[in-house]
Amino acid sequence: MDIIQEVEKLYMKEETASFKVADVVKVEYLIREGDKERIQPFVGQVIRFGGSGIRKTFTVRRIVQGEGVERTFPLHGPRVTNVIVQRGPTKKPRRARLYYLRDRVGKSASL
Amino acid sequence: MASTKFILARKKGMTQFFREDGTVVPVTVLEAGPCTVTDLRTTERDAYTAVQLGFVPARENGKHVNKPQLKSFEKNGTKAFRVLREFRVDDLEGFEVGGELTADLFEIGDMVDVTANSKGRGFAGTIKRHGFSRGPETHGSRNVRAPGSIGQCAYPGRVFKGQRMPGHFGAKRITVKNSIVEGVHADLGLILVRGGVPGPPNGLVQVVTAKTGVKK
Repeated sequence: MDIIQEVEKLYMKEETASFKVADVVKVEYLIREGDKERIQPFVGQVIRFGGSGIRKTFTVRRIVQGEGVERTFPLHGPRVTNVIVQRGPTKKPRRARLYYLRDRVGKSASL
Repeated sequence: MASTKFILARKKGMTQFFREDGTVVPVTVLEAGPCTVTDLRTTERDAYTAVQLGFVPARENGKHVNKPQLKSFEKNGTKAFRVLREFRVDDLEGFEVGGELTADLFEIGDMVDVTANSKGRGFAGTIKRHGFSRGPETHGSRNVRAPGSIGQCAYPGRVFKGQRMPGHFGAKRITVKNSIVEGVHADLGLILVRGGVPGPPNGLVQVVTAKTGVKK
């Protein structure tokens, strides 16, 4: 195996939460407030995966006060403590990256 | 072991890892050693002290090693190596011909100077070589990648020495100073050095304890 992949494996999470594009997930993200740490959840729909190996990321989209908000998390980042699938799509998405959801509002944006 | 550590390595490529607090550490993966001490330079014989390291075993068919070198290896009773490099040391104690140096010599937090030949870029223009600005590409401009003015007029009437111009770029010995060792994997013979390292993948690299700089 490629030696770089082997090195990355040493630093990667052994097991990552299993979820797919179009799943509605709750991402538990550790944030720091002063000297305390707490989990800040971010709930939304996964619209893409990016990168590979230890640099693999995923982007979660949600609507906050009528405005679309997207956040990209590193899958292997230690601050991402857990990703919980809340709901799957009603039908399988036909593409890997759901950018078309950005142009949709309301019911047509649901899967 | 002497205070100055040194080893020969091969650059394998770059990657990154996360620290506990979520910050990302960019690292270059170096396949360090194993190196064999193939010879010692002593004050009595050579008027200086140094350790000669061999790296990358040579093929049996003698393709990589010429006869005088082979005799030298035979005399010292070591295997033949493709790469030989000398490292100056003040004290030869702890080194003996045939001894091995491996990646576990280094530990996390060590500051090192990394030396290698940079990638050759051939005959390069001033933009690539010296970071000059480019001219406009449209509006009738014919000054796209040209170097521009190289001096004044009748006074001084010449081009100053050291004027930066196009020419051969790269393929030069470059030392990156005070890099930090961020990881050591002795089982794989690897050390991870923070940041970039000159040269192409699989290029030969020398890693030496930093001459200046304070350990964090």
